[in-house]
Amino acid sequence: MRIELVKRKEHSRKMALLSPVIAVGLTLAAAAILFALSGTDPLQGLYKFFIEPLTDSWSVQEIVVKATPLVLIACGLAICYLSNNWNIGAEGQFIFGALCGSFLPIVLPDFETSLTLPLMLVFGALGGAVWALIPAFLKTRFNANEILTSLMLVYVASLLLDYLVRGPWRDPGGYNFPESRLFSDAATLPLIGDGRMSIAAPVAVLVAIVLAIVLARTLKGFEIRVMGESPRAGAFAGFSAKRLTLFAFALAGGLAGLAGTMEVSGSLNQLLPTISPGYGFTAIIVAFLGRLNPVGILVAGFVLALSYIGGEAVQASMGVSDKIASVIQGLLLFFVLACDTLILYRIRLHSRRVPATGEVSRA
Amino acid sequence: MTDVLTRRHKAGGARSERPTTGNLLHARGLTRRFGDILANDRVDLGLNKGEIHALLGENGAGKSTLVKMFYGALEPDGGEIVWQGKPVVIDNPASARALGIGMVFQHFSLFEALTVVENIALALPDPGNMKALAARITDVSNDYGLPLNPQDVVADLPVGIRQRIEIVRCLLQEPQLIIMDEPTSVLTPQEADRLFLTLQRLAGEGCAVLYISHRLEEVQRICHHATILRHGKVVSECDPSLETASSLASMMVGSEVVGVNHGAMAPEPGPVRLKLSALGAPAATPFATRLNNIDLEVHSGEIVAIAGVAGNGQGELFDAISGEMRVDPGMVVLDGAPCGNRDVTWRRRRNAAFVPEERLGHGAVPGLKLSGNIVLTRHGTGDGLVGSGFVSSARAAELEQKVKTTYDVRMSHDDPEARSLSGGNLQKFVVGRELDRNPGVLVVNQPTWGVDAGAAALIRQALIDLARSGSAVLVISQDLDEIFEIADRIAVISRGHLSVPEDARSMTRERVGILMAGGAEKKAGRA
Repeated sequence: MRIELVKRKEHSRKMALLSPVIAVGLTLAAAAILFALSGTDPLQGLYKFFIEPLTDSWSVQEIVVKATPLVLIACGLAICYLSNNWNIGAEGQFIFGALCGSFLPIVLPDFETSLTLPLMLVFGALGGAVWALIPAFLKTRFNANEILTSLMLVYVASLLLDYLVRGPWRDPGGYNFPESRLFSDAATLPLIGDGRMSIAAPVAVLVAIVLAIVLARTLKGFEIRVMGESPRAGAFAGFSAKRLTLFAFALAGGLAGLAGTMEVSGSLNQLLPTISPGYGFTAIIVAFLGRLNPVGILVAGFVLALSYIGGEAVQASMGVSDKIASVIQGLLLFFVLACDTLILYRIRLHSRRVPATGEVSRA
Repeated sequence: MTDVLTRRHKAGGARSERPTTGNLLHARGLTRRFGDILANDRVDLGLNKGEIHALLGENGAGKSTLVKMFYGALEPDGGEIVWQGKPVVIDNPASARALGIGMVFQHFSLFEALTVVENIALALPDPGNMKALAARITDVSNDYGLPLNPQDVVADLPVGIRQRIEIVRCLLQEPQLIIMDEPTSVLTPQEADRLFLTLQRLAGEGCAVLYISHRLEEVQRICHHATILRHGKVVSECDPSLETASSLASMMVGSEVVGVNHGAMAPEPGPVRLKLSALGAPAATPFATRLNNIDLEVHSGEIVAIAGVAGNGQGELFDAISGEMRVDPGMVVLDGAPCGNRDVTWRRRRNAAFVPEERLGHGAVPGLKLSGNIVLTRHGTGDGLVGSGFVSSARAAELEQKVKTTYDVRMSHDDPEARSLSGGNLQKFVVGRELDRNPGVLVVNQPTWGVDAGAAALIRQALIDLARSGSAVLVISQDLDEIFEIADRIAVISRGHLSVPEDARSMTRERVGILMAGGAEKKAGRA
């Protein structure tokens, strides 16, 4: 028996909706096998990992807190990926944005006005955009591979953060712990609910909705989709690939920087040597799981955030390593990309052919 | 270069009589069909040992199809191939190589990151020890006057040397037949001369060469025999040295006069609407063509056609006129406005329209619906498609319907993705999309490539009507029938040179053929 992929005449709308569902199903099956291999009851593992966190108000709020930066970053990344710009460095843009956004409350702690918070957010977004424009510039000017340059800048940003919180930005009254001073109230995002949830969550929803409209209805969105699918036709339409690269990177970096600033201002309230559990990388999975569609990304961000909380839950209650969360995230991305093939191809099963004369002589 | 060739040829040259030492390959009634098109129709071809045999024909005459069957890249639908007296089935390139048939492609299949010896080892069934292979490469390549350093990395080598690698790769397998597809199209005159010496040496050793070229003077210089294909059939065979370039050209393009119908002859030429002056641009890639000092004026009311063999700069010329490739401002002038440095949207706003050769991926985005593809070229031209940044999908659908009904674009369901349309229907759509704007200047590359006769007639009539309504139309085409059917003036492009346009009524196919085969360069050189 032989499996053949046959190209469809057009994209299948049904499969575009179904393929993430299939991917999630395959991931659940693979996760069950993983739980079984690590010596736990697979059904109980799946329950603790995927269902139990949803039954408790505190953990639902935690999921939203984690989903917020994922959604913001993934929305920007979707714009990049749709337009064929492979920005892998959102983690660095997130960190550098957080650094820029923290400048005011750490260096000028006495500047406490109603302008403090808006200025921090602007600084954060600008910082992330500047960080992202470095690989964009290198790509447009020198044709440097943006995958490498954006990824390398992640390490530069995280080492810079590490240096700052251990050095110049260390809290003078903090007993030499590597952390910055706590932000003043004027520099803290207003909280919602009884947990760590802040107004960052509705901001992320708003950004996703605005981008969904931009992509679906505006000429800019049209340009992004055309350049991604067919750069030659895009040039024929009069769109500039270089300008779009700069635009996509600046937007993605800006959103990542905004997410970084809101994370430190809302959830953490200070700078630490590590401010992200890999949001910038997980957001890549979120972007693809959400079909590079901002509304889909809202759902996907929630699912991935659930995997973080689920990982902590199975570690606490069943003693399974929390690395299982990373493994499951990786499996999910793998299955999503594989299932995407079904959108433009259909599977045809072939029973073994009677070998033609040609194949005999070839053997 | 061609001057030099002719002179040498007349001075005697190195070409000898057609060898009759024995039949190597005989094709009998080879037939190959693609859909409704008979690419090869009962082709007979005999190759003798030690001869250089030219295969001539226009684009689309079926040359590539035929040699692909010899090389095992295509299976014939009918007929047989007899190799050294025995009927054979060549079902893949490996079995062709096993028989002793090698092929040097027009576009090379080399890995740029690997060295010469690594590339050659990859193609050999049993490369053996790399050191020994490198030594053999050095020996064979020096022996045939094509020296190669086996350790060079391909990326660093110029195009002429890369072709040498392909040839040496063939030679190492000690072939009895080498097929060469337009080998000189990427070579400098000096490199071409060296190649000819090698071919003559090979022929002297009894190896046959099947040589595809559009350069008739080359063919006359080195080939013993020529087979001419037209519309998939063998139309004649000859000894090229006994023919003139013009008689060869007339055999290729067919001297029968088709019912030329210019519609109403062009009125007195109106003002110049599209002007190219001293348009030049360097080649962007090794396979691109350099544009040399092109001058052209297209007047209101007329169709000017540019004939030429594929790959002689048509694509580059189109890109320079459309604005996808920027040149100096004064090199392209639209209705008196210099715009060589302006983008394509600016030129469209000046009422120019463009239809590229490649429909899918250039003229249209495969995964976009047709209404989206309307937006592709018309978002900036005041068609009401874009208002304050938002695209009106209702307006796009309206225009899509209009183009669909006016130009008879057939589709299985409403507003499908561009990729699902057949070639002819998509061509009607991309041409119709531009004609619907009633542009003042229209530039079309290959307006009816691969389109059935009915659709082609519809498109050609629309082009004539547009010109007669006062627009300037520039058609770039490889189809001479089409050119003679619609053009008022005809120019020929050859290696990036454009001949002076001549009145279509006094132009002959023979003359076009000579200009195609290099005459345009001489002409342009003298001008």
